[in-house]
Amino acid sequence: MFQRSDPPDITITWDGRELPARSGESLATALLAAGVLSFRETPVSGAARGPLCLMGACFDCLVEVEGQQNVQACMTPVHPGLRAAPQHGVRDLPEVEAA
Amino acid sequence: MSTDVDLLIVGAGPAGMAAAVTARSRGLTVLLLDENAGPGGQVHRGIEHRAAKDEQDADGAKLAAALRSSAVETRFRATLWAVEPGGKVFWSEEGAARSAVAGRILLCTGATERPLPIPGWTLPGVMTVGAAQIALKTAGLKPQGDVWIAGQGPLLWLYAKQAVEAGGRLAGIVDLSHGIPPAALRHLPRALMAPGYLLKGLAWQRRVKRAGVRVIHAEEIRAEGEGRLARIVVDGTEHAADLLLLHDGVVPNTQITRAIPGCAHDWDAVQACWKPRLDAWGNTTAEGVMVAGDGGGIGGARAAAHAGRLAALEAARALGRMTEDQRNAEAGTERLALNRQLAARPFLDALFPPRPVTAIPDETIICRCEEVTAGKVREAVTLGCLGSNQTKAFTRTGMGPCQGRVCGPVVHAVIAAARGVDPAQVDPFRTRFPTKPLTLGELAALAE
Repeated sequence: MFQRSDPPDITITWDGRELPARSGESLATALLAAGVLSFRETPVSGAARGPLCLMGACFDCLVEVEGQQNVQACMTPVHPGLRAAPQHGVRDLPEVEAA
Repeated sequence: MSTDVDLLIVGAGPAGMAAAVTARSRGLTVLLLDENAGPGGQVHRGIEHRAAKDEQDADGAKLAAALRSSAVETRFRATLWAVEPGGKVFWSEEGAARSAVAGRILLCTGATERPLPIPGWTLPGVMTVGAAQIALKTAGLKPQGDVWIAGQGPLLWLYAKQAVEAGGRLAGIVDLSHGIPPAALRHLPRALMAPGYLLKGLAWQRRVKRAGVRVIHAEEIRAEGEGRLARIVVDGTEHAADLLLLHDGVVPNTQITRAIPGCAHDWDAVQACWKPRLDAWGNTTAEGVMVAGDGGGIGGARAAAHAGRLAALEAARALGRMTEDQRNAEAGTERLALNRQLAARPFLDALFPPRPVTAIPDETIICRCEEVTAGKVREAVTLGCLGSNQTKAFTRTGMGPCQGRVCGPVVHAVIAAARGVDPAQVDPFRTRFPTKPLTLGELAALAE
Protein backbone atom coordinates (compact mmCIF):
# COMPACT_ATOMS: atom_id res chain seq x y z
CA MET A 1 0.00 0.00 0.00
CA PHE A 2 1.00 3.63 0.28
CA GLN A 3 2.26 5.61 3.26
CA ARG A 4 2.33 9.39 3.58
CA SER A 5 5.61 11.32 3.92
CA ASP A 6 3.81 14.38 5.30
CA PRO A 7 0.93 14.46 7.80
CA PRO A 8 -2.63 15.14 6.58
CA ASP A 9 -4.04 18.58 7.43
CA ILE A 10 -7.69 18.49 6.32
CA THR A 11 -10.68 16.15 6.43
CA ILE A 12 -12.87 15.00 3.56
CA THR A 13 -15.90 12.71 3.46
CA TRP A 14 -15.87 9.48 1.44
CA ASP A 15 -19.05 7.42 1.30
CA GLY A 16 -20.28 9.04 4.53
CA ARG A 17 -16.99 8.37 6.37
CA GLU A 18 -14.44 11.02 7.35
CA LEU A 19 -10.95 10.56 5.88
CA PRO A 20 -7.77 12.59 6.39
CA ALA A 21 -6.30 14.36 3.36
CA ARG A 22 -3.56 16.85 2.59
CA SER A 23 -4.16 20.24 0.95
CA GLY A 24 -2.93 20.40 -2.61
CA GLU A 25 -3.30 16.69 -3.34
CA SER A 26 -5.92 15.01 -5.52
CA LEU A 27 -8.94 13.12 -4.28
CA ALA A 28 -7.39 9.96 -5.77
CA THR A 29 -4.18 10.19 -3.72
CA ALA A 30 -6.17 11.05 -0.58
CA LEU A 31 -8.20 7.86 -1.02
CA LEU A 32 -5.14 5.72 -1.79
CA ALA A 33 -3.32 7.09 1.28
CA ALA A 34 -6.36 6.13 3.40
CA GLY A 35 -6.18 2.58 2.05
CA VAL A 36 -9.14 2.93 -0.33
CA LEU A 37 -8.23 1.03 -3.51
CA SER A 38 -11.69 0.46 -5.01
CA PHE A 39 -13.32 3.67 -6.27
CA ARG A 40 -16.31 2.36 -8.22
CA GLU A 41 -18.07 -0.57 -9.84
CA THR A 42 -17.93 -0.81 -13.62
CA PRO A 43 -21.05 -0.31 -15.78
CA VAL A 44 -20.29 -3.45 -17.84
CA SER A 45 -19.81 -6.25 -15.27
CA GLY A 46 -20.15 -4.47 -11.92
CA ALA A 47 -16.56 -5.37 -11.02
CA ALA A 48 -14.70 -3.26 -8.45
CA ARG A 49 -12.24 -0.84 -10.04
CA GLY A 50 -9.62 1.63 -8.83
CA PRO A 51 -7.31 4.12 -10.51
CA LEU A 52 -4.72 2.98 -13.05
CA CYS A 53 -2.82 6.04 -14.38
CA LEU A 54 -3.45 9.02 -12.02
CA MET A 55 -2.89 11.38 -14.98
CA GLY A 56 -6.35 11.80 -16.39
CA ALA A 57 -6.03 9.28 -19.21
CA CYS A 58 -7.64 6.02 -18.06
CA PHE A 59 -10.98 7.20 -16.59
CA ASP A 60 -10.85 4.27 -14.17
CA CYS A 61 -11.04 6.53 -11.09
CA LEU A 62 -14.55 7.90 -11.82
CA VAL A 63 -16.39 8.84 -8.63
CA GLU A 64 -19.22 11.08 -7.43
CA VAL A 65 -18.09 14.50 -6.14
CA GLU A 66 -20.56 16.88 -4.45
CA GLY A 67 -23.39 14.99 -6.15
CA GLN A 68 -21.87 15.11 -9.64
CA GLN A 69 -21.13 11.74 -11.19
CA ASN A 70 -18.39 10.60 -13.61
CA VAL A 71 -15.76 12.86 -12.04
CA GLN A 72 -12.09 11.83 -12.37
CA ALA A 73 -10.76 11.57 -8.80
CA CYS A 74 -7.16 12.05 -10.01
CA MET A 75 -7.99 15.43 -11.55
CA THR A 76 -10.01 16.69 -8.56
CA PRO A 77 -8.12 18.69 -5.91
CA VAL A 78 -9.26 18.11 -2.31
CA HIS A 79 -10.54 20.89 -0.06
CA PRO A 80 -11.74 20.76 3.55
CA GLY A 81 -15.16 19.13 3.78
CA LEU A 82 -15.14 17.77 0.20
CA ARG A 83 -17.87 15.14 -0.13
CA ALA A 84 -17.28 12.22 -2.48
CA ALA A 85 -18.63 8.73 -2.95
CA PRO A 86 -18.01 5.65 -5.07
CA GLN A 87 -19.78 5.51 -8.39
CA HIS A 88 -21.97 2.45 -8.80
CA GLY A 89 -22.08 1.45 -12.46
CA VAL A 90 -23.30 3.81 -15.14
CA ARG A 91 -24.13 7.46 -14.45
CA ASP A 92 -27.79 8.11 -13.51
CA LEU A 93 -29.74 10.15 -16.00
CA PRO A 94 -31.53 13.10 -14.40
CA GLU A 95 -35.25 12.66 -14.16
CA VAL A 96 -37.16 14.87 -16.56
CA GLU A 97 -40.25 16.48 -15.12
CA ALA A 98 -43.40 16.22 -17.19
CA ALA A 99 -44.37 19.56 -18.67
CA MET B 1 -10.01 35.40 -39.25
CA SER B 2 -8.47 37.78 -36.72
CA THR B 3 -6.50 36.10 -33.97
CA ASP B 4 -6.70 36.42 -30.18
CA VAL B 5 -3.17 35.21 -29.61
CA ASP B 6 -0.07 34.54 -31.73
CA LEU B 7 0.83 31.15 -30.32
CA LEU B 8 -1.39 28.81 -28.33
CA ILE B 9 0.49 26.02 -26.59
CA VAL B 10 -1.13 22.91 -25.13
CA GLY B 11 0.81 21.26 -22.32
CA ALA B 12 3.12 22.87 -19.74
CA GLY B 13 5.73 20.11 -19.61
CA PRO B 14 9.35 20.74 -20.62
CA ALA B 15 8.51 21.29 -24.33
CA GLY B 16 5.59 23.63 -23.65
CA MET B 17 7.36 25.68 -20.95
CA ALA B 18 10.54 26.11 -23.04
CA ALA B 19 8.55 26.98 -26.18
CA ALA B 20 6.36 29.50 -24.35
CA VAL B 21 9.30 31.41 -22.85
CA THR B 22 11.24 31.45 -26.15
CA ALA B 23 8.23 32.58 -28.19
CA ARG B 24 7.37 35.34 -25.71
CA SER B 25 10.97 36.59 -25.71
CA ARG B 26 10.70 36.96 -29.51
CA GLY B 27 7.66 39.21 -29.10
CA LEU B 28 4.84 36.71 -29.67
CA THR B 29 1.77 36.76 -27.45
CA VAL B 30 1.47 33.29 -25.93
CA LEU B 31 -1.40 31.43 -24.26
CA LEU B 32 -0.41 28.18 -22.50
CA LEU B 33 -3.09 25.67 -21.47
CA ASP B 34 -2.59 22.68 -19.18
CA GLU B 35 -4.92 20.22 -17.48
CA ASN B 36 -2.93 20.14 -14.27
CA ALA B 37 -2.77 22.57 -11.36
CA GLY B 38 0.63 23.99 -12.28
CA PRO B 39 3.54 23.74 -14.72
CA GLY B 40 5.80 20.71 -15.05
CA GLY B 41 3.96 18.10 -17.10
CA GLN B 42 4.28 14.52 -15.89
CA VAL B 43 8.08 14.46 -15.73
CA HIS B 44 8.34 17.60 -13.58
CA ARG B 45 4.97 17.10 -11.90
CA GLY B 46 4.36 19.35 -8.89
CA ILE B 47 7.85 20.87 -9.34
CA GLU B 48 6.90 24.19 -7.73
CA HIS B 49 5.84 22.45 -4.52
CA ARG B 50 8.74 20.11 -3.78
CA ALA B 51 12.49 20.41 -3.27
CA ALA B 52 14.65 19.59 -6.29
CA LYS B 53 16.32 16.23 -5.55
CA ASP B 54 18.22 15.56 -8.77
CA GLU B 55 19.24 17.05 -12.13
CA GLN B 56 15.85 16.33 -13.64
CA ASP B 57 14.09 18.26 -10.87
CA ALA B 58 16.58 21.13 -11.25
CA ASP B 59 15.83 21.30 -15.01
CA GLY B 60 12.11 21.42 -14.29
CA ALA B 61 12.37 24.04 -11.56
CA LYS B 62 14.41 26.27 -13.89
CA LEU B 63 11.90 25.95 -16.73
CA ALA B 64 8.96 26.63 -14.41
CA ALA B 65 10.65 29.69 -12.87
CA ALA B 66 11.40 31.11 -16.33
CA LEU B 67 7.78 30.57 -17.32
CA ARG B 68 6.45 32.30 -14.19
CA SER B 69 8.69 35.33 -14.68
CA SER B 70 7.69 35.67 -18.35
CA ALA B 71 4.63 37.46 -19.69
CA VAL B 72 3.15 34.21 -20.99
CA GLU B 73 -0.55 33.89 -20.17
CA THR B 74 -1.09 30.56 -18.43
CA ARG B 75 -4.36 28.72 -17.83
CA PHE B 76 -4.13 25.68 -15.56
CA ARG B 77 -6.88 23.09 -14.99
CA ALA B 78 -7.81 23.86 -18.59
CA THR B 79 -8.63 20.83 -20.76
CA LEU B 80 -8.48 21.23 -24.53
CA TRP B 81 -11.17 19.32 -26.38
CA ALA B 82 -11.15 20.59 -29.98
CA VAL B 83 -8.93 22.20 -32.61
CA GLU B 84 -10.64 23.54 -35.72
CA PRO B 85 -8.98 24.39 -39.06
CA GLY B 86 -8.06 28.09 -39.04
CA GLY B 87 -6.59 27.97 -35.55
CA LYS B 88 -9.73 28.00 -33.40
CA VAL B 89 -9.22 26.05 -30.20
CA PHE B 90 -11.78 25.01 -27.57
CA TRP B 91 -11.12 24.05 -23.97
CA SER B 92 -12.96 23.71 -20.66
CA GLU B 93 -12.00 25.53 -17.52
CA GLU B 94 -13.83 25.70 -14.18
CA GLY B 95 -16.86 23.97 -15.64
CA ALA B 96 -17.20 26.30 -18.63
CA ALA B 97 -16.11 25.98 -22.27
CA ARG B 98 -13.84 28.68 -23.72
CA SER B 99 -12.38 29.30 -27.16
CA ALA B 100 -9.64 31.36 -28.79
CA VAL B 101 -8.24 31.82 -32.28
CA ALA B 102 -4.47 31.40 -32.53
CA GLY B 103 -1.97 32.26 -35.27
CA ARG B 104 -0.11 28.99 -34.61
CA ILE B 105 -0.93 26.03 -32.38
CA LEU B 106 1.83 24.04 -30.68
CA LEU B 107 0.81 20.72 -29.14
CA CYS B 108 3.13 19.53 -26.37
CA THR B 109 0.98 16.70 -25.06
CA GLY B 110 3.80 14.39 -24.00
CA ALA B 111 3.55 10.67 -23.53
CA THR B 112 1.35 8.07 -21.93
CA GLU B 113 2.47 4.72 -20.58
CA ARG B 114 2.22 1.78 -22.93
CA PRO B 115 -0.26 -0.53 -21.21
CA LEU B 116 0.99 -3.88 -19.93
CA PRO B 117 -2.13 -6.06 -19.86
CA ILE B 118 -1.81 -9.15 -17.68
CA PRO B 119 -4.56 -11.38 -16.31
CA GLY B 120 -6.12 -9.61 -13.31
CA TRP B 121 -4.77 -6.11 -14.06
CA THR B 122 -8.25 -4.59 -13.68
CA LEU B 123 -8.28 -5.46 -9.94
CA PRO B 124 -8.12 -2.47 -7.57
CA GLY B 125 -4.52 -2.36 -6.35
CA VAL B 126 -2.99 -2.75 -9.81
CA MET B 127 -1.72 0.58 -11.14
CA THR B 128 1.04 1.84 -13.39
CA VAL B 129 4.54 2.80 -12.32
CA GLY B 130 3.85 6.28 -13.70
CA ALA B 131 0.81 6.56 -11.41
CA ALA B 132 2.88 5.65 -8.35
CA GLN B 133 5.47 8.21 -9.39
CA ILE B 134 2.77 10.91 -9.64
CA ALA B 135 1.51 9.88 -6.17
CA LEU B 136 5.07 10.27 -4.85
CA LYS B 137 5.72 13.62 -6.57
CA THR B 138 2.38 15.28 -5.86
CA ALA B 139 1.31 13.79 -2.52
CA GLY B 140 4.47 12.29 -1.03
CA LEU B 141 2.94 8.79 -1.08
CA LYS B 142 5.62 6.12 -0.80
CA PRO B 143 5.19 2.37 -1.23
CA GLN B 144 4.94 0.34 1.96
CA GLY B 145 4.10 -3.33 2.50
CA ASP B 146 3.69 -5.93 -0.22
CA VAL B 147 4.31 -3.60 -3.14
CA TRP B 148 5.60 -5.17 -6.37
CA ILE B 149 6.78 -3.58 -9.60
CA ALA B 150 6.61 -5.53 -12.86
CA GLY B 151 7.64 -4.84 -16.44
CA GLN B 152 10.60 -3.12 -18.00
CA GLY B 153 12.08 0.20 -19.08
CA PRO B 154 14.03 3.16 -17.65
CA LEU B 155 11.05 4.69 -15.77
CA LEU B 156 10.60 1.47 -13.79
CA TRP B 157 14.13 1.75 -12.36
CA LEU B 158 13.90 5.50 -11.88
CA TYR B 159 10.71 5.15 -9.82
CA ALA B 160 12.16 2.25 -7.79
CA LYS B 161 15.19 4.41 -7.00
CA GLN B 162 13.06 7.43 -6.08
CA ALA B 163 10.80 5.25 -3.90
CA VAL B 164 13.63 3.70 -1.88
CA GLU B 165 15.34 7.08 -1.50
CA ALA B 166 12.08 8.53 -0.16
CA GLY B 167 12.06 5.80 2.49
CA GLY B 168 9.58 3.55 0.70
CA ARG B 169 9.74 -0.24 0.75
CA LEU B 170 9.30 -2.59 -2.19
CA ALA B 171 8.63 -6.32 -1.89
CA GLY B 172 10.32 -6.89 -5.23
CA ILE B 173 10.72 -6.16 -8.93
CA VAL B 174 9.57 -8.62 -11.57
CA ASP B 175 11.83 -7.87 -14.54
CA LEU B 176 10.10 -8.91 -17.76
CA SER B 177 12.92 -7.64 -20.05
CA HIS B 178 15.10 -9.98 -22.03
CA GLY B 179 18.67 -8.79 -21.47
CA ILE B 180 20.49 -6.94 -24.23
CA PRO B 181 19.09 -7.92 -27.64
CA PRO B 182 21.82 -8.28 -30.32
CA ALA B 183 20.05 -5.60 -32.38
CA ALA B 184 20.74 -3.08 -29.61
CA LEU B 185 24.50 -3.46 -29.75
CA ARG B 186 24.95 -1.73 -33.10
CA HIS B 187 23.42 1.43 -31.55
CA LEU B 188 25.80 1.33 -28.58
CA PRO B 189 28.67 3.38 -30.10
CA ARG B 190 26.31 6.30 -30.85
CA ALA B 191 24.75 6.00 -27.40
CA LEU B 192 28.20 6.37 -25.87
CA MET B 193 28.31 9.89 -27.35
CA ALA B 194 25.85 10.75 -24.58
CA PRO B 195 26.94 8.32 -21.86
CA GLY B 196 24.98 10.15 -19.14
CA TYR B 197 21.77 8.25 -19.83
CA LEU B 198 23.36 4.82 -19.72
CA LEU B 199 25.40 5.48 -16.60
CA LYS B 200 22.36 6.91 -14.84
CA GLY B 201 20.30 3.82 -15.69
CA LEU B 202 22.96 1.51 -14.29
CA ALA B 203 23.29 3.65 -11.16
CA TRP B 204 19.51 3.47 -10.55
CA GLN B 205 19.62 -0.34 -10.77
CA ARG B 206 22.57 -0.53 -8.37
CA ARG B 207 20.86 1.80 -5.89
CA VAL B 208 17.69 -0.29 -5.87
CA LYS B 209 19.54 -3.58 -5.48
CA ARG B 210 21.70 -2.11 -2.69
CA ALA B 211 18.49 -1.23 -0.81
CA GLY B 212 17.83 -4.97 -0.67
CA VAL B 213 15.00 -5.03 -3.21
CA ARG B 214 14.57 -8.48 -4.65
CA VAL B 215 14.68 -8.73 -8.47
CA ILE B 216 13.06 -11.71 -10.19
CA HIS B 217 13.56 -12.27 -13.92
CA ALA B 218 10.37 -13.80 -15.24
CA GLU B 219 8.32 -14.53 -18.35
CA GLU B 220 4.79 -14.52 -16.97
CA ILE B 221 2.89 -12.69 -14.28
CA ARG B 222 -0.76 -12.59 -13.25
CA ALA B 223 -2.65 -10.66 -10.60
CA GLU B 224 -5.25 -12.39 -8.42
CA GLY B 225 -7.69 -11.50 -5.68
CA GLU B 226 -11.38 -11.13 -4.91
CA GLY B 227 -12.52 -7.53 -5.39
CA ARG B 228 -8.94 -6.33 -4.89
CA LEU B 229 -5.37 -7.50 -5.46
CA ALA B 230 -4.27 -10.16 -2.96
CA ARG B 231 -1.36 -11.94 -4.68
CA ILE B 232 0.69 -12.15 -7.84
CA VAL B 233 1.71 -15.36 -9.54
CA VAL B 234 5.15 -15.11 -11.15
CA ASP B 235 6.09 -18.03 -13.41
CA GLY B 236 3.85 -20.25 -11.27
CA THR B 237 5.06 -19.02 -7.86
CA GLU B 238 2.64 -17.07 -5.61
CA HIS B 239 3.64 -13.94 -3.70
CA ALA B 240 1.41 -11.89 -1.38
CA ALA B 241 0.73 -8.46 -2.92
CA ASP B 242 -1.41 -5.47 -1.98
CA LEU B 243 -0.11 -3.19 -4.74
CA LEU B 244 1.26 -4.06 -8.18
CA LEU B 245 2.79 -1.38 -10.40
CA LEU B 246 3.11 -2.18 -14.11
CA HIS B 247 5.30 -0.53 -16.75
CA ASP B 248 6.24 -1.23 -20.38
CA GLY B 249 7.71 2.06 -21.59
CA VAL B 250 5.92 5.13 -22.92
CA VAL B 251 4.33 6.11 -26.25
CA PRO B 252 3.50 9.53 -27.76
CA ASN B 253 0.11 10.91 -26.73
CA THR B 254 -1.45 11.47 -30.17
CA GLN B 255 -5.08 11.72 -29.05
CA ILE B 256 -5.38 15.32 -30.31
CA THR B 257 -3.20 15.16 -33.45
CA ARG B 258 -5.06 12.08 -34.73
CA ALA B 259 -8.34 14.01 -34.54
CA ILE B 260 -7.05 16.89 -36.69
CA PRO B 261 -8.02 16.57 -40.37
CA GLY B 262 -4.97 16.39 -42.65
CA CYS B 263 -2.52 15.65 -39.84
CA ALA B 264 -0.57 12.63 -41.10
CA HIS B 265 0.87 9.99 -38.75
CA ASP B 266 3.49 7.33 -39.43
CA TRP B 267 4.25 4.02 -37.75
CA ASP B 268 7.60 4.05 -35.97
CA ALA B 269 8.81 0.45 -36.11
CA VAL B 270 11.67 1.06 -33.66
CA GLN B 271 9.59 2.69 -30.90
CA ALA B 272 6.55 0.59 -31.91
CA CYS B 273 4.13 3.49 -31.91
CA TRP B 274 2.30 5.95 -34.15
CA LYS B 275 3.59 9.49 -34.27
CA PRO B 276 2.65 12.64 -36.18
CA ARG B 277 4.70 13.34 -39.32
CA LEU B 278 6.88 16.36 -38.48
CA ASP B 279 9.47 18.42 -40.32
CA ALA B 280 12.73 19.44 -38.62
CA TRP B 281 10.92 22.35 -36.89
CA GLY B 282 7.92 20.48 -35.56
CA ASN B 283 5.41 21.45 -38.27
CA THR B 284 2.76 18.77 -38.83
CA THR B 285 1.10 18.28 -42.23
CA ALA B 286 -1.90 20.33 -40.97
CA GLU B 287 -1.48 24.05 -41.66
CA GLY B 288 -0.57 26.04 -38.55
CA VAL B 289 -0.38 23.03 -36.22
CA MET B 290 2.96 22.08 -34.66
CA VAL B 291 4.14 19.41 -32.21
CA ALA B 292 7.15 19.39 -29.85
CA GLY B 293 8.34 16.92 -27.22
CA ASP B 294 7.40 13.31 -26.58
CA GLY B 295 4.04 13.77 -28.32
CA GLY B 296 6.01 13.73 -31.58
CA GLY B 297 8.18 10.71 -30.71
CA ILE B 298 9.81 9.66 -27.44
CA GLY B 299 13.03 11.60 -26.75
CA GLY B 300 12.86 12.45 -23.06
CA ALA B 301 12.52 15.69 -21.08
CA ARG B 302 15.71 17.46 -22.18
CA ALA B 303 15.14 16.69 -25.86
CA ALA B 304 11.58 18.00 -25.42
CA ALA B 305 12.77 21.38 -24.14
CA HIS B 306 15.14 21.82 -27.11
CA ALA B 307 12.41 20.78 -29.56
CA GLY B 308 10.05 23.26 -27.89
CA ARG B 309 12.49 26.14 -28.41
CA LEU B 310 13.04 25.17 -32.07
CA ALA B 311 9.28 25.10 -32.62
CA ALA B 312 8.93 28.54 -30.99
CA LEU B 313 11.55 30.02 -33.34
CA GLU B 314 9.75 28.50 -36.32
CA ALA B 315 6.43 29.92 -35.08
CA ALA B 316 8.08 33.36 -34.88
CA ARG B 317 9.30 32.96 -38.47
CA ALA B 318 5.91 31.75 -39.71
CA LEU B 319 4.25 34.79 -38.11
CA GLY B 320 6.76 37.16 -39.73
CA ARG B 321 8.60 38.11 -36.50
CA MET B 322 11.96 36.89 -37.77
CA THR B 323 13.49 35.98 -41.09
CA GLU B 324 14.43 32.46 -42.07
CA ASP B 325 18.12 33.38 -41.68
CA GLN B 326 17.55 34.74 -38.16
CA ARG B 327 15.64 31.60 -37.21
CA ASN B 328 18.38 29.34 -38.56
CA ALA B 329 21.10 31.30 -36.81
CA GLU B 330 19.33 31.15 -33.45
CA ALA B 331 18.44 27.48 -33.87
CA GLY B 332 22.02 26.25 -34.28
CA THR B 333 22.93 25.54 -30.68
CA GLU B 334 19.47 24.18 -29.84
CA ARG B 335 19.67 21.70 -32.70
CA LEU B 336 23.13 20.51 -31.66
CA ALA B 337 21.89 20.02 -28.10
CA LEU B 338 18.78 18.19 -29.33
CA ASN B 339 20.83 15.80 -31.46
CA ARG B 340 23.09 15.07 -28.51
CA GLN B 341 20.08 14.27 -26.31
CA LEU B 342 18.72 11.91 -28.95
CA ALA B 343 22.03 10.04 -29.42
CA ALA B 344 21.29 7.38 -26.80
CA ARG B 345 17.69 6.90 -27.92
CA PRO B 346 18.14 4.19 -30.62
CA PHE B 347 20.07 2.06 -28.11
CA LEU B 348 17.42 2.51 -25.40
CA ASP B 349 14.63 1.78 -27.88
CA ALA B 350 16.36 -1.41 -29.02
CA LEU B 351 17.12 -2.37 -25.41
CA PHE B 352 13.49 -2.28 -24.28
CA PRO B 353 11.27 -3.49 -27.14
CA PRO B 354 7.65 -3.69 -25.94
CA ARG B 355 6.58 -7.02 -24.51
CA PRO B 356 5.23 -9.12 -27.44
CA VAL B 357 1.43 -9.16 -27.48
CA THR B 358 1.52 -12.87 -28.28
CA ALA B 359 2.35 -13.22 -24.56
CA ILE B 360 -1.12 -11.84 -23.64
CA PRO B 361 -3.42 -14.77 -22.75
CA ASP B 362 -6.85 -14.79 -24.45
CA GLU B 363 -8.75 -14.28 -21.17
CA THR B 364 -6.91 -10.99 -20.42
CA ILE B 365 -9.00 -7.83 -20.62
CA ILE B 366 -7.29 -5.36 -22.96
CA CYS B 367 -10.02 -2.68 -23.22
CA ARG B 368 -10.60 -1.86 -19.55
CA CYS B 369 -13.60 0.44 -20.12
CA GLU B 370 -15.69 -2.00 -22.15
CA GLU B 371 -14.08 -5.09 -20.57
CA VAL B 372 -13.06 -6.67 -23.88
CA THR B 373 -10.52 -9.50 -23.77
CA ALA B 374 -7.58 -10.17 -26.10
CA GLY B 375 -9.39 -13.35 -27.12
CA LYS B 376 -12.45 -11.35 -28.28
CA VAL B 377 -10.28 -9.07 -30.43
CA ARG B 378 -8.47 -12.10 -31.92
CA GLU B 379 -11.83 -13.70 -32.63
CA ALA B 380 -12.92 -10.52 -34.44
CA VAL B 381 -9.80 -10.83 -36.63
CA THR B 382 -10.73 -14.41 -37.57
CA LEU B 383 -14.16 -13.06 -38.53
CA GLY B 384 -12.45 -10.73 -41.01
CA CYS B 385 -11.76 -7.63 -38.95
CA LEU B 386 -8.71 -5.85 -40.40
CA GLY B 387 -8.09 -2.77 -38.24
CA SER B 388 -8.67 -1.01 -34.94
CA ASN B 389 -11.73 0.95 -36.08
CA GLN B 390 -13.51 -2.16 -37.31
CA THR B 391 -12.99 -3.87 -33.94
CA LYS B 392 -15.05 -1.11 -32.35
CA ALA B 393 -18.10 -2.30 -34.27
CA PHE B 394 -17.28 -5.95 -33.61
CA THR B 395 -16.42 -5.77 -29.90
CA ARG B 396 -16.92 -2.19 -28.55
CA THR B 397 -13.21 -2.06 -27.73
CA GLY B 398 -11.98 1.55 -27.48
CA MET B 399 -15.51 2.94 -27.15
CA GLY B 400 -15.54 3.65 -23.41
CA PRO B 401 -14.79 6.90 -21.56
CA CYS B 402 -11.00 6.69 -22.05
CA GLN B 403 -11.64 6.91 -25.81
CA GLY B 404 -8.97 4.32 -26.57
CA ARG B 405 -6.19 6.16 -24.72
CA VAL B 406 -5.21 3.09 -22.73
CA CYS B 407 -6.11 0.15 -24.96
CA GLY B 408 -5.20 1.75 -28.33
CA PRO B 409 -1.59 0.55 -28.62
CA VAL B 410 -2.47 -2.96 -27.42
CA VAL B 411 -5.58 -3.43 -29.60
CA HIS B 412 -3.51 -2.30 -32.59
CA ALA B 413 -0.66 -4.69 -31.79
CA VAL B 414 -2.98 -7.64 -31.07
CA ILE B 415 -4.70 -7.18 -34.45
CA ALA B 416 -1.37 -6.93 -36.32
CA ALA B 417 -0.04 -10.06 -34.62
CA ALA B 418 -3.28 -12.00 -35.18
CA ARG B 419 -3.28 -11.04 -38.85
CA GLY B 420 0.45 -11.69 -39.14
CA VAL B 421 1.09 -8.35 -40.86
CA ASP B 422 3.38 -5.36 -40.37
CA PRO B 423 1.73 -3.09 -37.73
CA ALA B 424 2.13 -0.18 -40.20
CA GLN B 425 -0.64 -1.82 -42.27
CA VAL B 426 -3.15 -1.80 -39.40
CA ASP B 427 -5.03 1.45 -38.77
CA PRO B 428 -4.93 2.93 -35.25
CA PHE B 429 -8.14 4.16 -33.56
CA ARG B 430 -9.46 7.31 -35.20
CA THR B 431 -9.99 9.94 -32.55
CA ARG B 432 -12.62 12.65 -32.74
CA PHE B 433 -13.31 15.94 -31.04
CA PRO B 434 -14.27 16.37 -28.27
CA THR B 435 -11.18 14.41 -27.25
CA LYS B 436 -12.18 14.63 -23.58
CA PRO B 437 -15.70 14.16 -22.22
CA LEU B 438 -17.62 17.43 -22.16
CA THR B 439 -20.91 18.20 -20.44
CA LEU B 440 -23.71 20.14 -22.11
CA GLY B 441 -23.50 22.57 -19.20
CA GLU B 442 -19.86 23.32 -20.05
CA LEU B 443 -20.68 23.68 -23.73
CA ALA B 444 -23.56 26.07 -23.00
CA ALA B 445 -21.07 28.58 -21.57
CA LEU B 446 -19.88 29.28 -25.15
CA ALA B 447 -23.24 30.92 -25.88
CA GLU B 448 -22.88 33.41 -23.01
